[in-house]
Amino acid sequence: MNNIFVYCEVSEEGSIADVSLELLSKGKKLAGDLKVKLEAVVLGYKVKNLETLLYPFGVDVIHYADDERLFPYTTLPHASIILDLFGKEKPEIALFGATSIGRDIAPRVASALRCGLTADCTSLEIGDHFENKTQTEYKNLLYQIRPAFGGNIIATIINPETRPQMATVREGVMKKEIFSNKFKGKLQKIDAKSILKDDDFAVTIIERHIEKSKIDIKNSQVIIAGGYGVGSKENFDLLFQLADILGAQVGASRAAVDAGFVEHERQVGQTGVTVRPKLYIACGISGAVQHRAGMDQSAQIISINTDISAPINNIADYTIVGNVADIIPKMIKYYKKNSK
Amino acid sequence: MRFRIIVLAKQVPDTRNVGKDAMKADGTVNRAALPAIFNPEDLHALEQALSIKDKLPHAEVILLTMGPFRAAEIIREAMYRGADRGYLITDRKFAGSDTLATSYALSLAVKKLAPYHLVISGRQAIDGDTAQVGPQTAEKLGIPQITYAEEILSVDAKKIIVKRRLEMGVEVVNSTLPAAITVHGSAPVCRQRVAKLLMKYKHARTVTELQNETKDYTELYNDRPYLLIEEWTAEDLNAQSEMLGLSGSPTKVKKIENVVFQHKDSKVMGSSDKEIEGLMQELIGSHIIG
Repeated sequence: MNNIFVYCEVSEEGSIADVSLELLSKGKKLAGDLKVKLEAVVLGYKVKNLETLLYPFGVDVIHYADDERLFPYTTLPHASIILDLFGKEKPEIALFGATSIGRDIAPRVASALRCGLTADCTSLEIGDHFENKTQTEYKNLLYQIRPAFGGNIIATIINPETRPQMATVREGVMKKEIFSNKFKGKLQKIDAKSILKDDDFAVTIIERHIEKSKIDIKNSQVIIAGGYGVGSKENFDLLFQLADILGAQVGASRAAVDAGFVEHERQVGQTGVTVRPKLYIACGISGAVQHRAGMDQSAQIISINTDISAPINNIADYTIVGNVADIIPKMIKYYKKNSK
Repeated sequence: MRFRIIVLAKQVPDTRNVGKDAMKADGTVNRAALPAIFNPEDLHALEQALSIKDKLPHAEVILLTMGPFRAAEIIREAMYRGADRGYLITDRKFAGSDTLATSYALSLAVKKLAPYHLVISGRQAIDGDTAQVGPQTAEKLGIPQITYAEEILSVDAKKIIVKRRLEMGVEVVNSTLPAAITVHGSAPVCRQRVAKLLMKYKHARTVTELQNETKDYTELYNDRPYLLIEEWTAEDLNAQSEMLGLSGSPTKVKKIENVVFQHKDSKVMGSSDKEIEGLMQELIGSHIIG
């Protein structure tokens, strides 16, 4: 069986993006299950500490194209190089971050290779499949698992016939884990100049304003999240007040973001950020599966909801039945009173 | 030559109102059981197309959608808002298509409308959230793609300048034409229906819809041929049938699980001062906060 490839995004700082390191960690486990190698694809310019950064994740081979035309990312040059590489290496599995880069390049590549691609997976596993229609047994397929259809179902998607089996995964969904600090792989240079053609530069970047998002809910130990049930932008201010005194961040469900209560950067869930804080306070969040996919690993969950039968209460450690606008001020008051 | 803009749009089940019969046994969506709406980001895409038409009087906006017969509703909706015409790609052979098979069919339809300058669609549809069909269609057409577009800053016969909305900021890019653009939800919302256009197109129908009408519209349609919305089948597109529907879809649904809630032992409490104070003391005491 052929190997697992992870497309690694080059960050603004010239290093490798977190989402890619998370995918390498997952990729290493899948490679272990399949007894194959893990290979990283890095397309950039003067990427820093490439080998010392990636080998500890258990990367057997780093395919590296170093060319100033490859950073910042544009679609066509990256796609051409990946297609050239995949054409030669024929990966079994190819993983991409579900970022604005990964979600741009992966479908382009999948279309050219005519292979299956599943977006925004929340879990990846190896398993078998028996196709009743053709009486064919498939061993060791990649199960691409994701909530679908408004979060009412969890779908397991497979690509029995086409290779690579491709999937994208959001940042924070997989855990970043060092495989071994002693692990050493090898570096394989890609000759970008021989692959790239003039046509690959049909799109040129004129201007970029990249700012690190000021909102960092992913790394916050305490998250106060609000849903549609918070009711208004004004009521969300209460969440911000509580977050302020607890040193927490404010998160939100998709419904709250769609209603315009808070910025999209705060969205927790399958199509937002995945978080694992020590404490997650869910205010007026009913708990669709997409939302829970982004927060159910929280150590402690408190749900504040007027509806005792809200699905979120089933995964909460505490359910406070009542109104967010009444309860948050009380939490602020009694926190102040009891903390030093 | 007119500046031709093709808008790819999808009629989607309103996933905010999903009932129990929403899924069929084979794991595909039972669209008939759900309210159907114009996919929100495709409306943003339509607006970008219409705003180009505002600036370039020789531009025309053509809406292309693939779906069941009722999807003609969104073609009419687009015409009421300013699209010049639309085509419905509809055939049983398309049923069960994943994004790859869908983009194959769409790309054949776009090629039938060549020469074109721009293919604009929403970034993603709310029933799948994959954001794959735009880039995949671009690849099949062999044209560059600009995803996550927020605003088209300028356009002429040869090139386009687009502002993209990324996770960490914005990027302005220049592309040759033809090109494919997918529009992000942060782009301006679509203009409303125009009364004059509503009057003009309210009798626009597909052939299939006309067959179901009790009134005879023959005369009206002879007078106003623009009222007829063309339907294209797999055969009209010269599509290879193994590339369509389930057989043209490399992804298969292995399993669908209804969401089962893992029950934790949730402590249910009221919102009295005493109870909230007790909870805060407990959280502080266990060093979770404070």
